[in-house]
Amino acid sequence: MASNEKYQLGELVRIRVGVPPTHFRTPEYIQGKQGKIATLWGAFPNPESLAYGGDGLPAQPLYQVEFPQTDLWQDYKGPASDMLLIDIYENWLEKI
Amino acid sequence: MANHGHENGHSHGENAEYYSKRAQAMQALLIEKGVCTLDDILTMADKIDSRSPEDGAKILAHAWVDPEYKKRLLANAEAAFLELGYDLPETSPKITVLENTNDIHNMAVCTLCSCFPRAIIGRPPAWYKELSYRSKVVVDPRGVLQEFGTVLDEAVQVRVIDSSADYRYLILPNRPAGTENMTEEELAKLITQESMIGVGLALSPESVSAG
Repeated sequence: MASNEKYQLGELVRIRVGVPPTHFRTPEYIQGKQGKIATLWGAFPNPESLAYGGDGLPAQPLYQVEFPQTDLWQDYKGPASDMLLIDIYENWLEKI
Repeated sequence: MANHGHENGHSHGENAEYYSKRAQAMQALLIEKGVCTLDDILTMADKIDSRSPEDGAKILAHAWVDPEYKKRLLANAEAAFLELGYDLPETSPKITVLENTNDIHNMAVCTLCSCFPRAIIGRPPAWYKELSYRSKVVVDPRGVLQEFGTVLDEAVQVRVIDSSADYRYLILPNRPAGTENMTEEELAKLITQESMIGVGLALSPESVSAG
């Protein structure tokens, strides 16, 4: 699906904080954290609309976002080079 | 770990009887409301059940022996699957392949539920769906690796990939040393389901010949 991404490869972003009572695909452990855009996956129908029989439009660009594990967990048991990657839709990303 | 917006914080691996009844009720409703037919559901279930870790192992072993194929597989997994006769059902989420090397070790999880490259390697193992794996692997991936019997050097970068959206991840394990003279069929036997999820390495040739 054609997409017009708001964020670029390598850009730092923050994951939006929010726990709507409805379906969403952004786990709470990653909310509020800062990460780097690692991959642009293109746009996909918005699962928050699809979950209720909606058309998923407007489609949401999907990004793979990369976080150093030591930024996520204070007592991370591993070297600083270890990473966590997660796919996040654009409506959950914020500019820094 | 916090639940993901479901009121009951359920884990899909628990309370099987309840979920089985619920699935049956949903199936009956879908058919009654004309969303799909029983035949559609059975056809899709058969399609998923027709795939197994052996299919993934076959594809990935081919990537081990054919560097050009490996490049194509990493660049566009779905086209490369098709080359070997593996088509994805229209409803399948996208699949991409991540390569493990001497320096990088990828591990896949879905912390929200049980997203898995089913269209290529079938249903996930039970532990993959359990809250204990889903919550621990993001926090302590090296601890999880250890539980599965693998200790990685600190020089190896561990990359946990949480497949929470439209992509599913299949891991191409690092080809073990001492396998230079093995055939593609022999190599495929080294590629376990665990190694394709990234919670372990491919088997060593010794372990296979001994067993």
